[in-house]
Amino acid sequence: MNLCEIVKLLEGEVLTPEVTMDKEVPCAFASDLISDILMCTQEPALLLTGLTNTQVIRLSDMIDLVAIIFVRGKRPSYELIEMAQERNLPLITTNYTLYRSSGILYNAGLRSCKT
Amino acid sequence: MAEYWHKNPERVEAINKYLESQPEAEVILYGEIAEMDFVNAGKGSSDVKNTLKRLGVDPDTLRRIAVAAYEAEINVAAHSRGGKMTSMIFDDMIHIIYEDEGPGIADIEQAMTPGFSTADDLVREMGFGAGQGLPNIKKNADALHIQSEAGCPTTVDIITYFA
Repeated sequence: MNLCEIVKLLEGEVLTPEVTMDKEVPCAFASDLISDILMCTQEPALLLTGLTNTQVIRLSDMIDLVAIIFVRGKRPSYELIEMAQERNLPLITTNYTLYRSSGILYNAGLRSCKT
Repeated sequence: MAEYWHKNPERVEAINKYLESQPEAEVILYGEIAEMDFVNAGKGSSDVKNTLKRLGVDPDTLRRIAVAAYEAEINVAAHSRGGKMTSMIFDDMIHIIYEDEGPGIADIEQAMTPGFSTADDLVREMGFGAGQGLPNIKKNADALHIQSEAGCPTTVDIITYFA
């Protein structure tokens, strides 16, 4: 599934205009716990989360994240957005909840990543 | 001083031989970890990952090393008065040592239990404190060594082979 398609499905807003959105997303993982994200992401994945502190970007230094979706209308700080742009990591925000966002993407055929 | 050892059974011989001979590292990286500094926590692990990437370590091993290094670095920031990490890189493996300034782990076995955490609210709000840090390190490393005692500094060793 293409990242732009995901933005459309979630009625999302792209927070990193300078980063390319022309990316294929093979699978996704959703969590608000950093250790769970680290443990369960063994392949390039889309992350859906309600966490908006800068450690979410540090996570992407350790594991391969294709993009991050912030749910429940959460907006990260300018500093976090800067860090993402430096790493060419697309950030998207949606007003949908974590459960609803995950359900929409799953129904549209985006599989869960291998854990 | 209480001690915990986990060694990957397939690597026990190599690990013991390494610990006995204490060879000199090819590359050594140093990183400071400040108490409750969640802006900079993780930088040391990023440096380690980037260095190993340049040295040609394969992506899956790279991820396992980065995850273990990051979990340990966060532990120092979240649970201690601060400390440092020293990463010794060899031809075939990496040995990272974390030394903090206390206050120590009262019960290491309990700390190793998945889900057990002493993290405060601030740390939990940031998405940490799930009680998976040490189990996650154990899962991703070939060796994990913890030395600690209540009221004393803690030392953690993580060893991972590249292939």
